[in-house]
Formats: sequence, C-alpha cells, structure tokens
Amino acid sequence: MTVDNGAVGDLAKEMAQARWRRRADFFRRLLSHRSFVIGLCLFGLIVFLAIFADLLAPFDPNKNDYRNILAPPSAAHWLGTDGFGRDILSRIVHGTRVSLRIGIVVVITTGVLGTFIGTFAGYVRWTDTFVMRIMDGLMAFPGVLLAIALAAALGPSEINAIIALTVTFTPRTARVVRASVLVVQRQPYVEAAIAAGAGHARIIFRYILANALSPLIVQLTFVFAVSILAEAILSFLGVGPPPPLPSLGNIIAEGRAYVQEASWISFFPGVAIACAVLGLNLMGDGLRDVIDPRLRNVREAG
Amino acid sequence: MFGFLVRRLLSAIPVLFVVSVVTFLIMWIVPGDVTAELAGPDATPQQVEQLRRLLGLDQPLFGRALIWYRSLLHGDLGQSYLLNRSVSEAVFERLPVTLSLAGLALVLSVLMGMLLGIFAAIRHNTWADQGAMTLALLGLSLPDFWFGLVLIFFFGVQLGWLPTGGFVPIAESFTGWLVSMTLPALTLAFTQMGVIARMTRSSMLDVIGQDYVRTARAKGMPFRVVIFKHALLNALVPIVTVIGVMTGVLLGGAVVIESVFSLPGVGRLIIGAIQRRDFPIIQGGLLITAATFVFVNIAVDVLYGWLDPRVRDDR
Repeated sequence: MTVDNGAVGDLAKEMAQARWRRRADFFRRLLSHRSFVIGLCLFGLIVFLAIFADLLAPFDPNKNDYRNILAPPSAAHWLGTDGFGRDILSRIVHGTRVSLRIGIVVVITTGVLGTFIGTFAGYVRWTDTFVMRIMDGLMAFPGVLLAIALAAALGPSEINAIIALTVTFTPRTARVVRASVLVVQRQPYVEAAIAAGAGHARIIFRYILANALSPLIVQLTFVFAVSILAEAILSFLGVGPPPPLPSLGNIIAEGRAYVQEASWISFFPGVAIACAVLGLNLMGDGLRDVIDPRLRNVREAG
Repeated sequence: MFGFLVRRLLSAIPVLFVVSVVTFLIMWIVPGDVTAELAGPDATPQQVEQLRRLLGLDQPLFGRALIWYRSLLHGDLGQSYLLNRSVSEAVFERLPVTLSLAGLALVLSVLMGMLLGIFAAIRHNTWADQGAMTLALLGLSLPDFWFGLVLIFFFGVQLGWLPTGGFVPIAESFTGWLVSMTLPALTLAFTQMGVIARMTRSSMLDVIGQDYVRTARAKGMPFRVVIFKHALLNALVPIVTVIGVMTGVLLGGAVVIESVFSLPGVGRLIIGAIQRRDFPIIQGGLLITAATFVFVNIAVDVLYGWLDPRVRDDR
C-alpha cells in the first residue's frame, strides 16, 4: 500500500470530490423537499425557544404571584397564569428545554443501544433468534405501558424517565438496524472486504454500519418525536420528572383541574408539544423520501 | 391454514415468557421497602418483618422468581395489597372496558383513516392530497391525553353535547354506554387514524398504477366502481398488517385515556395502583394487557394469512 504514484492520487482526489458532490446534492434535495422545510421551521422554532429560554421567558417560570392567580391571557401574561400565578408562557418556554433535553438523551441512548443490539444480532447469527425474541417480548407491551410501569417502579425523576423511554424504544430501533445489517451483509462489497482480509471491526464499522446509517437516522427522528410525546404522558400520569420542574407534560397535568375555568393552562403547552412532534415527523418523512430513492420512485410512479 | 395457526400460537410462547420475566424484573427493581409503608406507621419491626415474609419479599431474586412462576403456572397472579381481592379478579373485571374502548377506537380510526387515504389517493399530488396527509400527520403528532382534554373542553364544557367523563356499563344502557365512550374513542381514533390513512394512500397508489385497474377504466367501468371494487379490495391486504401494530398502540393509548375520561378500565386500575404502590396489581395488569396484545396480533396474522395465502405458505 506504499505505492503512491500520480494515478492513485488522482483517483483518491476524484473520489473525494464525488463524495462531496453527493453530500451537497443530498442537502440540496433535502432543502427543496417542502414538508422537510416546514418541519424544520416548526421544530426549529421549539429549539430556538429552548436555547434562548432564559432570554425569551418574560418571568421566572417558578415564581408564584398570588395576586394574579388563573389570570386569562393578557398584555402582561400573554398566555395567562396558572393556579399559583405562574406565567404560562415562561413555563412553556422553559418546558421545551426539558422536553428536548429528554428527547435528545433518549435518541442518543436508544441509538447506541439499538445499534449495538441490532448489529450484534445481525452479525453474530447464532445469537439472532435469542436476542430478537427478547426484543419481541419487550415490544409486546402495548404503547407506552412499559415505560409507565418502569418509570413507576424506578420512581419519578428525569433520569428514570429517560431509562424507561430508552428501554421502550430500543427494541424497535434494534430491529431496524438488524434488518439493514442483514441486507448490507450480503452485498458484494462486503464479500470483497472479507476476501481482502478485513477484520470484523473494519467490516462492521467501515462497511456495514456506514451503510445501515440512513434508515437508523430516519428511525431516530421518529424516536425523538415519540419520546417527546411519551415524556408528556409520563409527566401527566405523575411518573415523569416531578413538579415544579416545568416539563410540558407537567404543565398540562397541573392545568387539568382548571379545564373549565382556565383552559389556557393546559391548552398552550399541548400546542408546543404538537409543534415539536409534527416538525420532527415532517422532517423524518422528508429524510426518508430523500434517503431512500426506492420510495421516491414509488411515489412518482403512482 | 391450521398448521399456520398452530405455528403462530407456538411462536407466542417465548414472547410471553419474556413478557413474564420483564414484568417480574420491573417489580424487583422497585427501590425502598414497600412493606414498611404497607404496614403503616404504627407497626412494630416484628410485624413489618412478618408481613415481608408473608408477601415473599424477604426472598432473594431467585426465590421471588420461583414464587412468581409457581403461582403464574397455576393461573394465580397474587393478591392485591390494598383492594382485598385477587389480582386476576380485579383486572379481568375491568378488561372489557379497556378492550371495548380500544375496539371502538380501532373501528373509528380505520374508517376515518381509510376515507382520508382514499380521498388523498384519488386527488394524488394536489392540494387536497397534501391537506389530507397533513391532517393525518397532525393527528399522529398530538399528545392523546391533551387532545382528550381539548375535546372535553370543547364538546363537554363549551357546547355541553357530551359528558366530560364517567362511564355507563353497556348492560345498563347501550346508548348511555355509546355516549360515554364517544369522546374517548374519538380522541384515540383521531390520534391514530394517520397510520391507516398513510398506509391506505400508498397502497391505493400502488394498486391504481396496476394494469388491471387501467383495463377496468379502459373498458368503461365507472370510476367509483373501479376505486372501491378493484383498487380498494386489493389495497386492503397491506392495510390489515398495520392493524396489528395499531391495536397495541390503541391498547396502550386506552390505558392513558381512561384516566382522562375517568373510565373504569385496566389503565385506571394500573395508574391508581401506581399511586398507591399496589405492586401486584401493576404486575398483573401489565402481564394481562401484554398477553392480550400478543393474542390480538396472532388473530390479525391469521386474518392476514386468510386474505393472502402466500403469507401462510411462506413460513
């Protein structure tokens, strides 16, 4: 491999250029995908609120103001106040931070665990049945019921909510990774790499995972969306991060007692959740369209 | 067909075993001592110790697992700490409410989703198509419990058309039952119809592109007949597959929605048990709900195998 003449250098340069062009092309197609852009705007708005929460929130989210209890939306309190006189807008702005924080951590833990388990099951074939049966068993708990029970058993806290959501969403992610590992493994270039004497680590990281990445990214976008919804459910049921932390689910739960006389308390945090989740779902759809050309052809032929 | 059914039933055994292990482990990780809480502040240490031994909580992991499986194989899910009755009694008494809520929501979401999907497929690549698909995705993006509260506020508080909660057993009055179930079922259906709508649309688009649909149109068959008879019937097969997954989501959703509308189902039983730390109830509720889901999935698979013979020959 020490032979380095002009031709090889040119080829390497050309390949690097081609890769760069492909990447630029990918982002151009993504940014011309209408629903992806709309999703990016919606989700971007929530991210913006979360990042600049301290600057944007007009009040301290946990400051009680007993002269302004259950005040309807007004010039001073744009989205009204709750039963303690706390400003709803400020609580929502800080709540997006909690939701996104939990979502991001769940995406990372689910991504790492799901990739590890999926690759393991797909690559070490004799473990496949055993590992995937365990995943099937975890997926047999309907909806977020497993997360609810786990969070309840561990006790209400942010870390425990993250653990509960990770356990709930990892099996599906592992299944997605395993499916693409099984497909990629049979490709000629993997056989060529084996024939060329590449080790397991090189085959897994350089060839298999690199090519299994696209469906994983799409899947993780949806995991992000679902974990924001699930966190809200956990908080609403009282097994999520405990009050007075202004998580969006907590604000809705606290407003529940006032649905009749102060509906704004529960209403607006739900809108923020819907914004973030719809944005992520639209982005996931866009990514899937752009990444998977097969699906795009189906669409155009239809 | 019979062989297919047996194979499917056998494959449920390992899944159910994993479910039982996970359920057991969830209760095992509970930190802190439940018995001290249960015995009350006035209990002497001896009484607490006695209660712990009675509940089998003094055993190590293996011993507790042995107790769990021995009673499980006898069909015994234990006694509730607080309700003064057996877990299976309490859960099975409330299961019909949860199942009927999930079932009603399933029917509604399939109907609404298919209409939306067909509409979008017929108007392919128009604004109507985009609007319908955005509505479908919006439904999937709403927190279901929040949407339930919005519906309660709108139809219950503002308009006063439907009750804001409460439950009428079907045996008492069918219309009363239907009225009390309408809002919760609508809530769940709206948040899940998107799955069916998206599947219907893509499946319909696939079928509409087929030769036999073009032939039917070419020989002068009315558009409506082609869409509903030729296209929809063939597009139905992939739609059935998502129903299995959806049932799970709807069952899980029902558990949450029951709390919003105060319906006496398994979900509210479990949530109440979580608040009171009545762990046998949580354990039993979890196990029975998961088992229900597994068997519903088998039923859907068998239906799928009946609709599409290739599926049952394949395996």
